[in-house]
Amino acid sequence: MTQSLLHQILDYANRANPYPIYEQLRKTPVHHEDGGPYVISTYYEIRSLLHDPRISSDARNLGSTARDPLAEPAGEESALPPGFLRLDPPEHDRLRRMTNRPFGPPHSPHRVDGMRGELHDIVSGLIDGIGDPGRIDLVEQFSYPFPVTVICRLLGVPREDEARFHTWADTLAASLDPDPDADPTERGKGSHDARMQLGMYLAGLIEERRKNPGDDMLSQLATAKGEDGPMTTMELLSTAALLLIAGHETTVNLITNGMLTLLRHPDVLQRLREDSRLAVPLVEELLRFEPPVQLVPQRTTLADIELRGVTIPKGASLWLVLASGNRDPQRFEDPDRFDPDRRDIQHLGLGSGIHSCFGAPLARLETQFALSELARRLENPRLLEDPPPYRQNAVLRGPRHLHISCDGIRS
Amino acid sequence: MPWTYRPRRCPVLGDGSLERLKREGRIVVVGASLAGLRAAETLRAEGFAGSLTMIGDEPHEPYDRPPLSKQVLLGRAGADRTALPRLRSVDATWRLGVPATGLEMAARLVRLADGDEVPYDRLLIATGVRARPWPRAAEAELDGVLVLRGRDDGAALARRLAAGPKRVLVIGAGFTGSEIASACRERGLPVTVAERGAAPLVGALGGVVGAVAARMQREHGVDLRCGVMVTALEGDASGRVRAAHLSDGSTVETDVVIVSLGATRNTEWLAGSGLGAGPRGIACDAGCRAFDIRGIVTDDIYAAGDVARCPHPLFGYQFLSLEHWGNAVSQARIAAHNMISESTERIPHMEVPAFWSSQFGVNIKSVGVPSLGTEITISQGALDSHRFIGVYGYQGRVIGAVAFDHARWLPFYQELIETTAPFPPAFPTVDRRSDGQRPVDADFPDPSVPTHGPTVTVGGYAPADRRMTFTPAH
Repeated sequence: MTQSLLHQILDYANRANPYPIYEQLRKTPVHHEDGGPYVISTYYEIRSLLHDPRISSDARNLGSTARDPLAEPAGEESALPPGFLRLDPPEHDRLRRMTNRPFGPPHSPHRVDGMRGELHDIVSGLIDGIGDPGRIDLVEQFSYPFPVTVICRLLGVPREDEARFHTWADTLAASLDPDPDADPTERGKGSHDARMQLGMYLAGLIEERRKNPGDDMLSQLATAKGEDGPMTTMELLSTAALLLIAGHETTVNLITNGMLTLLRHPDVLQRLREDSRLAVPLVEELLRFEPPVQLVPQRTTLADIELRGVTIPKGASLWLVLASGNRDPQRFEDPDRFDPDRRDIQHLGLGSGIHSCFGAPLARLETQFALSELARRLENPRLLEDPPPYRQNAVLRGPRHLHISCDGIRS
Repeated sequence: MPWTYRPRRCPVLGDGSLERLKREGRIVVVGASLAGLRAAETLRAEGFAGSLTMIGDEPHEPYDRPPLSKQVLLGRAGADRTALPRLRSVDATWRLGVPATGLEMAARLVRLADGDEVPYDRLLIATGVRARPWPRAAEAELDGVLVLRGRDDGAALARRLAAGPKRVLVIGAGFTGSEIASACRERGLPVTVAERGAAPLVGALGGVVGAVAARMQREHGVDLRCGVMVTALEGDASGRVRAAHLSDGSTVETDVVIVSLGATRNTEWLAGSGLGAGPRGIACDAGCRAFDIRGIVTDDIYAAGDVARCPHPLFGYQFLSLEHWGNAVSQARIAAHNMISESTERIPHMEVPAFWSSQFGVNIKSVGVPSLGTEITISQGALDSHRFIGVYGYQGRVIGAVAFDHARWLPFYQELIETTAPFPPAFPTVDRRSDGQRPVDADFPDPSVPTHGPTVTVGGYAPADRRMTFTPAH
């Protein structure tokens, strides 16, 4: 019996290359299997739903009959209220606005740009510490530690605590990576404990920052006195946890997918080595070609919505397959070709609408730095395994390890 | 040789004249601003290899205007730092600082102020608009009385504000006037705004939204006076403005007055040319080809940007002239494409109008034509929070929408406008509050008050004798 398309998306066997399944999926832009979510896979339809105010991100609006095969286990979220990613306006708008104050324009236009020096130092330090160039696991040695270190600096986690932070982040990331062989109760307990400990640690840090504020984001969030009033401690905790988790798991995959793609396109790697300015359009094309968030599974309809002749009923669960929209030939010429010179590149890799990626400016800069420095410093890099082993997760897709070797590390 | 059937494989080639035009033709663009520049870039991008002449009355290379009433007034950017980025090389002959003074349609040439005549095969008119000056010339010449339209205006006004005037008076609370008032308050300057209508922005967005704009101004310390007119500006012995007299009998002591009474289209130079140009702009078809005064479309003269007036199929084929940035860009591209295309390859200008403004910390953005609306409903957010979406209805359909700090939702409302969705929208949305459920009168000013006089009279008896006489309004 042929497997349903929904199961094929989830099937780990297809993780290394899900694009042929997406291609099939696009033949039915609004795909629905009995009892499952409505799966949207074409560019224009995804984009229109991302801007549709009849679509909610709040799980409380999900109809009781809608079954979501990716739903988080019950109790997972209970330790903290949902972050603004899972809220609708006006709560979403208020929290996102407050979080944006110390992060981006108009109030903090220099925050991300001001981290350039620090990003460069962290990248250099990690590459310096690689050791044996003959066998590198790029994920463990580079793409994972980099964004976690960055988010620690951004939030203002003291350097001596970064190691503890890494451990919690690791556990929480693993919980988003459901391994069918692991005992779900055991894993649930582990992530619950990590979340508790992280929450308690952050609560202590916030308390301390309220008394002695620094210029880090956590201090600014904890002492904010804007028109929106202060965040409650619980709001602060869930926002900080959101920044931590959303802010690094995606970047790990973007950097790793990027290096994998470059190693598969040595001509582009060579161009990047010679001219680091290529990193800017290259990262945009990467976000189209191999987006770290493959699909958005957390949307619900507040009303019956007609799309391409199909009525999606109120309370239905939606999957918006961003990675498929990014390869829609109706929108992009020759979509399966990786082309950093592409001019028309309005991809969906960072979403769109009010939930479009909050950390995008930082993620872009991190990945631009990471890829151009790797290209410059690794001598004659090559893949030891293609395709590499992937993480289980179909939503946040990326290699679990990326084993590469090179002839040496340039200084 | 016997006649043989040859299928027209490529109708685009026609008789070859178009290919010749693209290879060695002469295209003249009058107006070297946003629309002119983007048109020139499009011509080159689409393979026009002939000669291209750009004529502009200002001495500056094309620059961007939106920052002039925002960043420039705040002192964050110099007026000379607003040059438009070039998307590609246009390889043109630039005639800057020389206004065009006349058009000879039959001879196909443009006359310039310095006496030159520039011949063309295709002409694009993108002369835009200028600020309407204070109507009394003697008062308009007082030192300290300014308008804001061009780069030099922006620089002059920024200097005045930086010098710390004791009070600024803004006459007119449309978008430009409101943005100026916002910049003044951000700089800590006392500012009075005098508006003839019932509220700021009322002409563009109606009274319901205008009331929000009025509250925003007052909350930010603007001395907003609505329903009044400035009757006279008074200067001191040295010719500096010192006070303004208002129709309610009050007086405002001020040393800087900014006249923001809208714009006048730059069409005077076309008077007598026979082109369908007047105070309301240049009438064109949906493909940006200009009409002559007989209502016949020309095939070699095009118009784009603020000066163009095109019929729009979504809005009852009304001739819309829009002073919107995005409109200038899209019309310029369409005009440029159509100029060098066969009739079957031409494209119509069907973009949904959109504009934005930034004032008092709020991002205002609109799609469609709100001013055609008669009713409004608040579909998301709430008026009193200054964060909302207002949807405008006209005869049971959605015709426009405005967002205050909600711009990311607008593509959805644009689609409603494009698909003539029913009004009021019947569906629930995230963040729909109870006060927004019922549509109310959008409260636009009475449209029956005429703003323009007749511009054409018809004479003669027999069809062959009938003549139209073009009479510019004064």
